[in-house]
Parts: sequence; C-alpha cells; structure tokens
Amino acid sequence: MAGLKADNLTCIKRDRVLFSKLSFLLAPGTLLHLRGPNGAGKTSLLRILTGLSSAQSGTIYIDDEPFHDARERFYQQLIYIGHKAGVNGALTALENLKFWCAQHNSVFEVDRSFAILAKLGLVGLEDVPVRMLSAGQQRRVALARLWLKQATYWILDEPFTALDVGGINILEQHMKIHVSNGGAIMTTSHQPLTDAAGPFTELYLEYNI
Amino acid sequence: MSALYKGIFKRDIALAFRQRSELAQPLMFLLMVITLFPLGIGPGPVILQKIGPGVIWIAAILSSLLAMDRMFRDDFWDGSLEQYMLSGQPLWAVTAVKVAVHWLVSFIPLAVFSPLLALFLNLTMEMYVALMLSLLLGTPLLSLVGAIAVGLTVGLQRGGVLLALLLIPVFIPLLIFATSAVDSAALQLPYRAQLAIIGAMLLVAMATAPLAIAYALRVSQN
Repeated sequence: MAGLKADNLTCIKRDRVLFSKLSFLLAPGTLLHLRGPNGAGKTSLLRILTGLSSAQSGTIYIDDEPFHDARERFYQQLIYIGHKAGVNGALTALENLKFWCAQHNSVFEVDRSFAILAKLGLVGLEDVPVRMLSAGQQRRVALARLWLKQATYWILDEPFTALDVGGINILEQHMKIHVSNGGAIMTTSHQPLTDAAGPFTELYLEYNI
Repeated sequence: MSALYKGIFKRDIALAFRQRSELAQPLMFLLMVITLFPLGIGPGPVILQKIGPGVIWIAAILSSLLAMDRMFRDDFWDGSLEQYMLSGQPLWAVTAVKVAVHWLVSFIPLAVFSPLLALFLNLTMEMYVALMLSLLLGTPLLSLVGAIAVGLTVGLQRGGVLLALLLIPVFIPLLIFATSAVDSAALQLPYRAQLAIIGAMLLVAMATAPLAIAYALRVSQN
C-alpha cells in the first residue's frame, strides 16, 4: 500500500509508556489530525515517523519498503516543521529560505519566494534579520517552506502556534489544496481544524500513566 | 555536492560575517593572553623565546575552546540541525563542511595576526615558520576533535566548562609535538618528524571525526 505505514510502534520515555502497538496508515490524499493531551506523545510520535528518534519497537514502512531502505527517497518527499522552526535569527527570511532550499535540493527562485512571503503577509520584511520579527512572523517564515518544496509528505508539529486567525486560514487552505493534489499531511494542533482544511481523519493519543 | 556548497558552506560563511563579533572575541582573547606574558614575566628576550611556542599554542587551544560551541549550538537550539538531518544529505558530510568553515574563519584571522605574536615573543624566523606549519596542521585537528565533544554536549544548558574538561586532556599530545617542533626549529634541528606525527593525527581525525560528530549529534537529538 502506498503511503507511510506505522506498524506496532511503541515508545517509552523515562519509564512511561507513551503509546504501545500503535498502527496506522498515512496514505497520499489524506490529512491525519493527531490529537491528545499534553504529554501524550504527539511530538515523540512525529519525530519517530521522521526518523529523528527511534521507537522502542515497531517498524515504519514507506510504500511497503522498510524505513531505513527508503530513507533517502522519503526525505526528498518530506517537509517537517517541528516545535523549533529551524530558522536562523541572524539571517534574513529570504536567506533562510534560500539556504534551506539548497540543502533540500529544491529550486529557489527569488521572485517566487517574494510572492510566497507576500502571500504570508511578510511584505517588506524579506531582508530583515528574522530575530527582529514577531513570533508569529517567524513561524510564517518557517511555513513558507510548504510552498517552496515539492513534497508528498508534510509532517507538522503544532504549525498553528503563534499564528493569527488569518495565518491559520492561509495554512488550512494550503493544506486542503495539497491533500486534493495527492499529498499526505500529518499534523498536530490543540485547536480543532476548521472546514477550510477540508476533510480529515483524526488519530487520538491517550495520556497513559 | 552543490547542496552542501550552496546550502551549508555559503550559509555558514554568511553567518560568520554576520556575527563578526563572535569571531573577533576568541582572537582578541588570544592576543591579550599572549600580550600578558611579556608584561608578567619580564621582557627578557631569552626567556620569552624559550616559552614563546608553548604560550602561543596554549593560548590557541584555550581560545579555540571559547569559540568551539558556536559550531552547532545555534543550529541545535533553533532546529536547523533537524532540518539538516531531514534534508537527504549525509549528516557526516554536513558536519565535515561545517567544521571546515569553522576552521577557515578561525584560522585565517589567526594566521594574519601571527607575525605580531612572533614579534611579542621574540621568535626567530625558523621558529616562526615551524610554528605556522604546526598551527596549519594542528588547528584543523582541534576543530575536528572539538566538534565531537561539541556534538555530545550541545544539548546541555551549561556545556562550556564540561567541553573544556573533555577536550584539554585530548589535546595534550598535539601540544607536546607542536611545541617540540618549534623548539627543534629554535636549535636549527630538523622538525619534520614532529610535523609528520601531527599530520598523521590530522589524517586519522579527518577520516573518522565526521562520522563520530554525526553520531554524537544524533545522540544529542534523541
């Protein structure tokens, strides 16, 4: 089956079982909304799915291939935006995007980047060091990657943090378009997704003691 | 290859120029420590010449420790490191490029100021040449080995002193051979053997350190 398949994942942190025997499929063309209380292991699960950390047991398959065989191909098709935005404060928004695109082997066009930053409400702030921007604006710079790189899988950890209502709406609409084009998104957020995000399925993680 | 050059090399060079003060501080520290010796010990040319190579090398090691943790600290805390790991580029190659940039931006200013240091400590021309050769081979070794320890301590809040405690013992062999090379030059003796040993240590570090740094960073990330 195409997509990202988690098979019997178990994660233990500090002698606490966050989740055990968790299996699900993130197929192309779906939006999976991961929910659960603080400390339920949402971030841990997303980091395991990206390969940043490893699970105690269980396997991940990318298009039926074990993760470590498909790793490089998967990373070409992945955008991960975590808690830490991955934006350097001393560089400008445009430089951050330029270097990120170069690292990820995707094409960087200045005109297009200006247009994307404008769409995200950062007109006139493209060449200001990012640490001078507000938290929400910094988050928008990080989110601009979702427009820059062609990737099937988006794994987003609390992408709406610090965003205002307008920003949330832009992102949800973009998520809807991506899903309708055959993309696969897994996201966490504490507030419910609105209709703008399109149809989605929900995965709930319980808080285990 | 172009991803590493355009994405990492150019980025780190741009960042280094943006944060010039962070680059200048360790260099100023080195200059000041070395200036203190003629003042503290007295301007006797014989004594200064005797202790000169050791003083320069010890100051170089201490000042490199000051600047060491900027290699990965910012990238770790702002999440850029996660993005490198998920970029599809091998992490050891990314770290190798980052260490190379770090060495370039810290060694070139040191090389520019080194004639001044030689003058302070009354080094002869032969000693100066030997000192520069030992620095040329030895400082990349400092950066490579130091980066492993930085990778291990980057997740800690106050890793600075721990970094020094981990690294200073490791640098002892380098210090012995480097100062011995300059001492031999002072006595007009050949010093190729000492340089060859430093070169051999550098080659081993170049071959293995990037893998160790990448592993250390993964451990810190987990």
